[in-house]
Amino acid sequence: MNIAVLAKQVPDLVEGLEIDPSGKALDVNYLRYILSESDDHALEQALLLKEKVGGRVEVFALNQGEARESLVAAIAKGADRAVLVDAGLDSPLNNHAAAQIFAGLLGGGLFDLILTGVRAIDDLDGSLGGLVAGSLDLPYAALIRKAEADGDGKTVIVQKEYPGGYAVELVVRLPAVLGIQAAEQPPRYVPISRLRQVMKTATVEEVSVAPPSQQPLDVTCLFKPEEGAGAVMISGGAQEAARQIMSLLSERRLLR
Amino acid sequence: MIPTTAKLGLVPGWAVLWLFFLVAVGIFARRVVFLIRLLKLGRAENRFDNIPERLKRVLIYVFGQRRLLDEPLVGIPHVLIFYGFLVFLMSTSGMLLQGLFPSLHLPGMESNRYLAPVVDVFALLVLGGLAVSSFRRFVIRPTGLQLTWDATLVNILIASLMLTFLLMEAFHRISSPLAGGVWVPVGNWLAGLAGSSAALRANAALFHSLFWWAHVLIVLFFLAYLPSSKHLHLLAAPFSAFFSRLEPTGRLAAPMDEQVRLGAERLEEFTWRQLLSAFACAECGRCERACPSRQVGEPCSPRQLVHNLKEQLLRYGPALLSHARVAADGGEPTMIGGLISAGELWGCTTCLSCSERCPVLNEHMSIMVDLRRRLVERGEVDKHLEEALRNLARYGNSFGQSERKRAVWTQALDFKPKDARREPVEWLWYLGEYAGYHPALQHITQSLARVLHAAGTNFGIVYEAERNSGNDIRRVGEEGLFELLREKNMATFKKAQFNKLFTTDPHVYNTFKNEYPDLNHGRHSVYHYSELIRDLLQRGQLKVTRSLPYRVTYHDPCYLGRYNGVYDAPRRVLRALGVDLKEMPRSRRNSLCCGGGGGRVWMEEIGEVHSRPSESRVREAAALEGVQFLVVACPKDYVMFTDALKTTGLEARLAVKDLTELVAEAVSVA
Amino acid sequence: MRNDILVFAEHFRGTLNDITYELLGKGRELAQSLDSRLLVSLLGHEVGGLVERLGVADQVCLVDRPELKEFASDSTKAVLEAILADVQPRLVLLGSTSIGLELLGLISARKGIPCLDNCTRLESRDGKLVATCQIYGGKVFVEVALPEATTLVAVVPGSFPKEPGEVASKPELRNIALPPVLPEARTTFRKLLEPPSGDVDITKAPILVGVGRGIQNADNMSLAEELAAALSGVVCASRPVIDQGWLPLTRQVGKSGMTVKPKLYLALGISGAPEHLEGMKQSELIVAVNTDPNAPIFSVAHYGAVVDALELLPLLTEEVSNQVTKKASA
Repeated sequence: MNIAVLAKQVPDLVEGLEIDPSGKALDVNYLRYILSESDDHALEQALLLKEKVGGRVEVFALNQGEARESLVAAIAKGADRAVLVDAGLDSPLNNHAAAQIFAGLLGGGLFDLILTGVRAIDDLDGSLGGLVAGSLDLPYAALIRKAEADGDGKTVIVQKEYPGGYAVELVVRLPAVLGIQAAEQPPRYVPISRLRQVMKTATVEEVSVAPPSQQPLDVTCLFKPEEGAGAVMISGGAQEAARQIMSLLSERRLLR
Repeated sequence: MIPTTAKLGLVPGWAVLWLFFLVAVGIFARRVVFLIRLLKLGRAENRFDNIPERLKRVLIYVFGQRRLLDEPLVGIPHVLIFYGFLVFLMSTSGMLLQGLFPSLHLPGMESNRYLAPVVDVFALLVLGGLAVSSFRRFVIRPTGLQLTWDATLVNILIASLMLTFLLMEAFHRISSPLAGGVWVPVGNWLAGLAGSSAALRANAALFHSLFWWAHVLIVLFFLAYLPSSKHLHLLAAPFSAFFSRLEPTGRLAAPMDEQVRLGAERLEEFTWRQLLSAFACAECGRCERACPSRQVGEPCSPRQLVHNLKEQLLRYGPALLSHARVAADGGEPTMIGGLISAGELWGCTTCLSCSERCPVLNEHMSIMVDLRRRLVERGEVDKHLEEALRNLARYGNSFGQSERKRAVWTQALDFKPKDARREPVEWLWYLGEYAGYHPALQHITQSLARVLHAAGTNFGIVYEAERNSGNDIRRVGEEGLFELLREKNMATFKKAQFNKLFTTDPHVYNTFKNEYPDLNHGRHSVYHYSELIRDLLQRGQLKVTRSLPYRVTYHDPCYLGRYNGVYDAPRRVLRALGVDLKEMPRSRRNSLCCGGGGGRVWMEEIGEVHSRPSESRVREAAALEGVQFLVVACPKDYVMFTDALKTTGLEARLAVKDLTELVAEAVSVA
Repeated sequence: MRNDILVFAEHFRGTLNDITYELLGKGRELAQSLDSRLLVSLLGHEVGGLVERLGVADQVCLVDRPELKEFASDSTKAVLEAILADVQPRLVLLGSTSIGLELLGLISARKGIPCLDNCTRLESRDGKLVATCQIYGGKVFVEVALPEATTLVAVVPGSFPKEPGEVASKPELRNIALPPVLPEARTTFRKLLEPPSGDVDITKAPILVGVGRGIQNADNMSLAEELAAALSGVVCASRPVIDQGWLPLTRQVGKSGMTVKPKLYLALGISGAPEHLEGMKQSELIVAVNTDPNAPIFSVAHYGAVVDALELLPLLTEEVSNQVTKKASA
């Protein structure tokens, strides 16, 4: 089974987020990028499928942030090919533009499955998986937490999450795109020694594509929510907080 | 008369003896050769350097029985049995020679008026020692000491050797009154007892012969049996001591370059010295009893680790020797998941108590770390540990905090510590991630900064360039990450300008001192902050303005004390502050680990634990009358013990204080 | 294109989901300010009975076909595209849900219709539609002026009140020209996986004690259970706790778990990721405890304290038990 994984870099929230003076974008000064968490799960799911039924896993990423490092890590985990895609632009692309690029690279029936995370923390104009599926007119299933290849190699059986702890089992005809919520097991650990080894030996392919036609969203402003705006804060230590909460509950007649 | 001159049936006695002798020696030799061949399955390692030092080790630990006396109840009996063994080795060898070559009339020890009483008294001492140790093994049944047929048989053999010897002596006295010239207290007394019976007197010569043969045959049996029993440690211990590691314990063996895969899980991946541990182990259980994880119910067991290695070796080694390879790996199953579970390996705190106590100088930790290295290499890392490792690789700290927040603690100070990357300083202060990031420790770090500032110490930090030193990362088996961090830190050191380095964290201290070659052996020296404070107090750069009227106890951190021998500096500091220092029962090299080392601070409990080592430790401190503070010199200890006071409900009874806090109070720095 | 608003109705196991009412309420408001109409599409099989709950809309595009019995994106998409072609609305409102997430990208890319996700606020300003969307786990909000063209907007459930959308009367039915045969569904429903039962239904509990990562390990769960017992409440949790296996799936509160609206929700050691907030932010009284003063949970909480949940738990349990015994003996 030939599987493509789309991996996106997103801002690393550990570094904190600041809004730049224009008020319309993030301040890139302290930004650090990391692989989107659900894309990491998508890669893991792809590798699990490959381990079970054989085939190839190829990982694609737009050249942004630490994309190259993520691709090397993917190879260290077992991916067969890693492709860094450069569209010759400085600023990050929205998902529509990214989807155009990937649709161009992945079309033509090269892949049985295209996996990507169901959402990334910076998604604004829809998630990449759905947009790619729409562009290529492929079936799309989102919020997938399990995927098994059917014996005949023509379908996969997936579990799609619904609220309230429900899920449904779907049969998806290949080729298809899946938006992964979580892989069947957490993303595997790569020992640093192997990672460093792979860094020396592996090659990340570089592909240049024409800049896509973009319809940027009309962002009027970015803002951070007021901290603790809603809540009335109780000061003092744990003992004081316990006492105050208890009297609050008592006041509201919530204690039996 | 030498008993072998007589005929046994048609055959001369000495011929019969020769037969038994050759068979016993044959069995013995065959087994020993087999065991040595098994050892050769292991990887090569050069332990033939510095022979004088190695001989010294044998002298101190084997002949000096140094570690045996850690547990005096059994230590003293063992010393007696050991020296008894040496004595009887000579005596019985003499007897054997006489028996094998009766016509040569070789003199034996029993005819020497100085030596004979020694042997005689030792027989009694050995019996006495045996009585105590048997009582301990069979009645008291301490942890880690097992009741096996092997142990029982050995005890019976030794006892019967002593008894047959004494009886032999006694009947010799009765049958050959000339020998009465040599005074042997026990023998004479027994002779007196036996001599009162006419029947025994009449057949004294026969009994003498009988017990002589019994003694010699039992010895030959023991000889043949020895290499198959746990008493093999008799032979192997001197070698395990001779080939013990000369490098500092704080320096883990780095993987050899030729190693394709990191770590070990099959016999041929361990070194021959690691395999030798299996034979040298006397299964005494000292390591087990000292292990803090074992004590609280974690599956981690140092004794079991060595035992399982022996199992693996004896079970699968022979097939490897005969090259009967059924599969690429010789059909040898991996130890991980087989004889050893991952849980047992992750449970170790690397406190070193096990090898510190081991009388045969086995290196449990090196086996354990090699197995952990293999687990990491296979990607089978404990879940919580994995998260910590990811954070460490990406952010240089296990908290998952931005590197930029490393020096946030300095903002509360009313001065700005020097940046050693920009200007030269005398002392580079390397905090360690706990002292830098952990919210509960900020005030202590700030305190130390103020104290040093008040003392006029020329110190600086590297602010955001600091990364985890890698000590615990190495000990969880992530060798690649350790090397990466070491490279980054060394690059920082090259750019910074400083003379000496000190740290607040004993883990950092250990790895910088022992595993960062250019740091300590190069231009710079590595210190723990307690050593710096001690010097400042000594030189008068810090003055105690108020003597502290507290009664305290001090906990020796594993990586400062047991690993690096720094016991006195913190104590000197405490004494200079005027406190009344009371030692806990387990202090200095017997200090009980807080349970946070070896990466355990990043993991959760694995087994069904009933408490934590830190809880046991705070109870020990609280049991000391009048002690108000448990003083620590390691940030992880502070966090672990503070938590333990909460979970044991001892917060009202005792408080944890870092050494810095007391110093700050005594020198009146806010 | 007209200025009409189209709401995509979602239903599950025979009832309309709350998100539908939330969208209808907001749709009505926007339609009024734009002086246009509110339409709603209802797709499914044997769902005619739900029409009378959609009274707040002007028209309902009911498509009742056996192929639509279980949600499959191919068929639903085809029908929805036909409806869009017919109605040509200004704005299409969907829920950012298991269903909405699939339809959004598929239709947007295929038809070249701009779309937005994670919307939490929508308003009409001087005739322009402005959407506010949350990103970066709710740490940043983006205000976007919608283009002057049909736009798809997926809304985070719980962003709007549902009461304005609950009008029980039958709106006018609108006929949509559909192809006689829908395209073959390439994803087919096989079976429904129910959550493990036999456990408490947290959506019915009036008092919930919610725990998050701050509970640190399974051992500490007993502290939460004790507090819940003292309050006669039930313990629930955010996703990380469920993923660890410390509580069953039936106790999960959030986007992929349950949505709860208890009288009291105690959020202990929960940071407040949007997925979790979605599931509990409509609770009557929210008291949050977290060591991080900037935790997003405080933005929805009514009362908050910056203390360690583990420290607070036993203390609060004691206070409550004492108070309860006092009241009992009084």
